[in-house]
Amino acid sequence: MNTSMNTTLAEKAATPTFSIAMEERKVAAASSAKAIAEKLDFWYGTNQALKNINLRIAENHVTALIGPSGCGKSTFLRCFNRMHDLQADTKYSGSIMLHPENINLVAKEVDPIEVRMRIGMVFQKPNPFPKTVFENVAYGLRLRGFSGRTELAERVEKALRAAAIWDEVKDRMNESALALSGGQMQRVCIARALATEPEILLFDEPTSALDPIATAKIEELITELRQRVTVLIVTHNMQQAARVSDFTAFMYLGELVEVDATAKIFTNPSKKATEDYITGRYG
Amino acid sequence: MAAVMTIEELRHGLSRRKHLDKLFVVVGLLILMSCLGLLALLFLDLVRDGASRFGWDFLTQFPSRKAERAGILSAWVGTSMIMLVTAVVSLPVGVAAGIYLEEYAPKNWFTGIIEINVTNLAGVPSIVYGLLALGLFVYQFGFGQSVLSAGLTLALLILPIIIVGTRESLRAVPKAIREAAYGLGATRWEVTKDHVLPYSTGGILTGLILGLSRAIGETAPIITIGALSFIAFLPGSPVTGEFPFLNWDWLWSEFTAMPIQIFNWVSRPDQAFQQNAAAAAAILLGMTLAMNAIAIYIRYRFRKKINW
Repeated sequence: MNTSMNTTLAEKAATPTFSIAMEERKVAAASSAKAIAEKLDFWYGTNQALKNINLRIAENHVTALIGPSGCGKSTFLRCFNRMHDLQADTKYSGSIMLHPENINLVAKEVDPIEVRMRIGMVFQKPNPFPKTVFENVAYGLRLRGFSGRTELAERVEKALRAAAIWDEVKDRMNESALALSGGQMQRVCIARALATEPEILLFDEPTSALDPIATAKIEELITELRQRVTVLIVTHNMQQAARVSDFTAFMYLGELVEVDATAKIFTNPSKKATEDYITGRYG
Repeated sequence: MAAVMTIEELRHGLSRRKHLDKLFVVVGLLILMSCLGLLALLFLDLVRDGASRFGWDFLTQFPSRKAERAGILSAWVGTSMIMLVTAVVSLPVGVAAGIYLEEYAPKNWFTGIIEINVTNLAGVPSIVYGLLALGLFVYQFGFGQSVLSAGLTLALLILPIIIVGTRESLRAVPKAIREAAYGLGATRWEVTKDHVLPYSTGGILTGLILGLSRAIGETAPIITIGALSFIAFLPGSPVTGEFPFLNWDWLWSEFTAMPIQIFNWVSRPDQAFQQNAAAAAAILLGMTLAMNAIAIYIRYRFRKKINW
């Protein structure tokens, strides 16, 4: 009796529909939170760009932020590493709690530099330093006081491997990173962020300046990265969100409209606005 | 559908507009060529007048009462030493000021006033700097009529040029590069010293050299602080054969400089001294052009290395 039931379960598990449902449930249950945004507001001067954002970022998963231009998704992303602090006249309220220590990332008394040392970022346009490939990836480590040649070399190699670019640059470590192609540059930038083993990696439309082949490589990389790091990605491209993310959050006019497992958002969103956006009615 | 004009009308109008285009090119070239031609003519004239004086002796002889025996040794050595002081003083001060204004200063009314004044300083007549230096460096600080006073005066004079040049090259570093460094956890100083400053070295050095090539020809301020026109000795050498190999006596030495020497010779009635003046002026012009050439080379080399 028992054995026959096991077989049926196994058979069922092999069928795609069942496994997707299983996957979703597993995702929702197993993932502990890496960061939780609660009642987060943000102002540029007197202009409120984020309104009461509540979002749970699952550890070692990819969370995508989608929404039309100007909806605040990049603004929200940049709260996680306090990039806004570089600009005068910006203000946060509410909290983004980083687990497990429960540090409020946006609190005034928390040093933005400390936050940026724990949370890495990859930008829209590949922005390598005009230095060698090696020095690009080693820079974060040097800031943290690493100076031993062998240790640096090991860590740089590890990061470049994790960013799936090692084979392409291993013989070009002392060439300028500016001599690489756009896609390679962006992967070197990802390696640069990975080298210091951040707890969360933020991607701000990382493929919007790249061609489709380079984009595919980066997307594949992001799906692999979730094994080692929690990923938060802003994307303009809904197919991209569908391909790479486990969870998707839809933002509109500075508010978080809906967040759910990616499969659910793209097949059966619960809010009308989300459905309108993903079916291309606006944005 | 009928077009707003026939094809003939269209072509007629177009050819007129193209003529205007060509006319501008011709006029522009003409003006440019006459400017450059004038400069070349001046240079050739100087070279022709001074032709008989060029030679090793001219560079290695002290001034003399006899025109044919006079040389510019003390003048070009004096000028070189003054330029050294000017560069060593104005570069760090100017670059530091530029970095502060561009990277650190909050954008408020106070910074605004400083900025406006830096720009205004660039327009202050050089004789005014001379008067300031006479009171401050020569008498107040007691530096006397020395290489040091002259160097400091010219350093003040070119400071605005260096500050403006520094700020422009710092501003040329893209925001994305700063964000990348900040994003890795760099402090403001680390971003400046590891990235912004190294990437703008080319522009900063260009600014310095352009400043120096302005300073090298300045006559008024160094006359004001009391440059001598007849010096038959050299300041002590900055480098010596004995420990500690450096000697600072030259800083306190009296001096003359190229423009002073030229001015002195020109004001003499004897025709032979006019030839000396022409030869010295040609050499001074050559020094300035050489400095500008170095500036262009530096800019080119850094542009090739860093191409945003």
